[in-house]
Amino acid sequence: PFMTSVMNIGALRWHFLLQSLENLQKNLLQLGSCLLVIQGEYESVLRDHVKKWNITQVTLDAEVEPFYKEMEAKIRSLGEELGFKVLSLISHSLYDAQRILDLNGGTPPLTYKRFLHVLSLLGDPEVPVRNLAAEDFQRCRPPDLCLAEHYRVPLPVDLKIPTESLSPWKGGETEGLQRLEQHLMNQGWVASFTKPRTIPNSLLPSTTGLSPYFSLGCLSVRTFFYRLSNIYAQSKHHSLPPVSLQGQLLWREFFYTVASATPNFTKMVGNPICLQINWYEDAERLHRWKTAQTGFPWIDAIMTQLRQEGWIHHLARHAAACFLTRGDLWISWEEGMKVFEEMLLDADYSINAGNWMWLSASAFFHQYRRIFCPVRFGKRTDPQGHYIRKYLPILKKFPSKYIYEPWTASEEEQKEAGCIIGQDYPFPMVNHKEVSDHNLLLMKQVREEQYR
Amino acid sequence: MAAATSIHSFIACSNLEAFFRMKRARQKAVVENEAPQTSQKIKKKRTGFQGARFGEASLPGSGWGSLPHHVILRIFQFLPLVDRARASSVCRRWNETFHVPELWRRFEFELSQPATSYLKSTHPDLIQQIIKRHADHLQYVSFKVDSSTESAEAACDILSQLVNCSIKTLGLISTAKPSFMNVSKAHFASALTVVFVNSKSLSSIKIDDTPVDDPSLKVLVANNSDTLKLLKMSSCPYVSPAGILCVADQCHGLKELALNYYILSDELLLALSSEKHVDLEHLRIDVVSENPGQVEFHTIKKQSWDALVKHSPKVNIVMYFFLYEEEFDAFFREETPVTHLYFGRAVSKAMLGRIGMNCPRLIELVVCANGLQPLDDELMQIAERCKNLTAMGLGECEVTCRGFIEFVKMCGGRLTQLSIMEEVLIPDNDYNLDQLHSEVSKHLGRMWFPDMMPTW
Repeated sequence: PFMTSVMNIGALRWHFLLQSLENLQKNLLQLGSCLLVIQGEYESVLRDHVKKWNITQVTLDAEVEPFYKEMEAKIRSLGEELGFKVLSLISHSLYDAQRILDLNGGTPPLTYKRFLHVLSLLGDPEVPVRNLAAEDFQRCRPPDLCLAEHYRVPLPVDLKIPTESLSPWKGGETEGLQRLEQHLMNQGWVASFTKPRTIPNSLLPSTTGLSPYFSLGCLSVRTFFYRLSNIYAQSKHHSLPPVSLQGQLLWREFFYTVASATPNFTKMVGNPICLQINWYEDAERLHRWKTAQTGFPWIDAIMTQLRQEGWIHHLARHAAACFLTRGDLWISWEEGMKVFEEMLLDADYSINAGNWMWLSASAFFHQYRRIFCPVRFGKRTDPQGHYIRKYLPILKKFPSKYIYEPWTASEEEQKEAGCIIGQDYPFPMVNHKEVSDHNLLLMKQVREEQYR
Repeated sequence: MAAATSIHSFIACSNLEAFFRMKRARQKAVVENEAPQTSQKIKKKRTGFQGARFGEASLPGSGWGSLPHHVILRIFQFLPLVDRARASSVCRRWNETFHVPELWRRFEFELSQPATSYLKSTHPDLIQQIIKRHADHLQYVSFKVDSSTESAEAACDILSQLVNCSIKTLGLISTAKPSFMNVSKAHFASALTVVFVNSKSLSSIKIDDTPVDDPSLKVLVANNSDTLKLLKMSSCPYVSPAGILCVADQCHGLKELALNYYILSDELLLALSSEKHVDLEHLRIDVVSENPGQVEFHTIKKQSWDALVKHSPKVNIVMYFFLYEEEFDAFFREETPVTHLYFGRAVSKAMLGRIGMNCPRLIELVVCANGLQPLDDELMQIAERCKNLTAMGLGECEVTCRGFIEFVKMCGGRLTQLSIMEEVLIPDNDYNLDQLHSEVSKHLGRMWFPDMMPTW
């Protein structure tokens, strides 16, 4: 399938995608229709099937990412050649990015506040369309129902990935809608959106998290937006602006908008908004970060959860990204972006690259002085170390005062915890204080040269 | 400027094509006259080769090639080096202009190893050309090296060859790891002293993160004491307090100095305050634990600071602190005339209290991290006693909304730069974040927002 040529998709995301397709198939069957999955390169698939099945219309989501833009253009020209209509609609994002660009003088807003200001001029996004019913499919019959077996949703074994996914995240619209209800019912959601202070539990796999469902199209962002708006209208906390509730959606929109108008968005070289920084090329260190062997339990637990489950809390992303780039290892954000692309369920061309640039202080007017300390930041978030104990069981016997920096425990204490640092668990791969001091000054130097 | 450059280069290049064809044709014409037996064939070839231009500009000495030198020079000054180099192979006149001294005053050597660096490197042929033909023209020179030792050594090799030059500005810049530190001290010193000895009019030197030592500084002073105005040498571990004192004693024109705290001494400050010395404008001090486990730092006497400020009342004193919380004991016990303070790591509440008490000249304060206790009181004191404070940045700290608003109210419009992470602010009974934003904006007299991190 074409997706593999553009993005590096790991096994967990394949599972999620396949589950989503299965779910879609099930839901369509209930409405009297079905899902046919055709595998192959899109151009030849269309050429083969347009005549065979008398296809009169091809519909797709309007996308901002360059690969999809090109695909849409090609499909349109195929449509002219082979005689079918092409219908593309904005549904993956809240707004048409072009309108935002137009209102901002042709360039994307590069600060969140400016972005919000432009959105306020646009007004609310379009309301979501109504749900489908069986009647809608009366005029849209599948070519032949017995084809369903031939064009079924692929199984993991077909794609040569392990049969089971160990991730607690299950794909599909049904699952997504359940989570949405859960999310909106959750009493603490108001607090968690106005003040992004983490409580230890929020690091654990979220039962109300929605980002993978938006990313893979299982849920409509506009539906979520309007559900939130309704709640705001009814809530007693009228002093809180709706912006703080819809923050997750709007940040997503922000990055889509910038990506749509920035060439080479996912690279440093040739990217007009990105600082040109002389990052180190160090495959070995990158590997240690990727495989959770940095020796810093906070970082390693994060990377372990990422690999096993495909989702980490956004503050965990900040910590891991800062450590790799401007904080400690001074390795390029492009490398980190590729790793996240492979392992994150909600990895997305625009959002992934945008956040990596933000967290590595490569773009977006970012105040770079705050380097997250891989010890202190974790301690602050989860003082008892529950998160570490869950994802790095080898360390679970360490008392809380050592669990973020186990190398500071004496040999006795390490023996008691059943884990010798340097043997059962690695030594810290850098001296954080030294490297972060140096990196702070380096970043200042780059800033002074290239920015402003 | 970038846009202008590209437009100019486009015009130059597209006309170069036509001109080049024209020039070659003229040469062919000359050959033709000398070899009459083949003239028929060549004539035929020539007409196919030409555009209309040839007919127009058939007189030698007219057209692009005969622009006055100063005009070509002016155009060249807009072109990036690579386009200039291409232009220089068009004709003799352009080539001559390419090599005039004015175009070679300023050069930045970029040295990196392609296998490990993202950024480009100055071509070795170009480097050779510069050393051969333009070493004497160079006046403002910098070397940008990546983290590999080879690049730093290449920089030293170039330096060693700059014998007949009168360099005014020299900068050695490590863009990643401090690779100059991996060059042997002897090799580095001998390369650097070539420039020190030969230039005799060095005014600005940036050699942070290098193995420069006391003897090299002596050579610098012996040859450039009248002209030296700026010296930046933070993180140069082989320099001693005596070494830098020698510079202060002899170089009375020194206006800007950057060094590490361990070589700062009372004598140094007094030397910089001597009558013969010009006003010091900028003093930057990096405070770092030089040795692992070092907890004690020497103190500078208040009288020494006072002498400096009396001598140079407008001096900016910039201090960067990279210390553990328990290492701060020696600092800010008495009045300290620091103007710009940066805490790269955590700093304690108590220390911020001391700063409020003892830093009346403070203009800018940046705190990377503090702790989990709100800093309301400390901020209040800073607002009250640091009347010159115009810029503040708070990283991983805690401040209540009310406390922050009070702080801003007290400082008022003098705070031209105020940056605080949204997550640092604790909403309280009096104010939440949204109200905070409008209150603060009101007191500052402009639209203000806290810094935000994206919700990924």
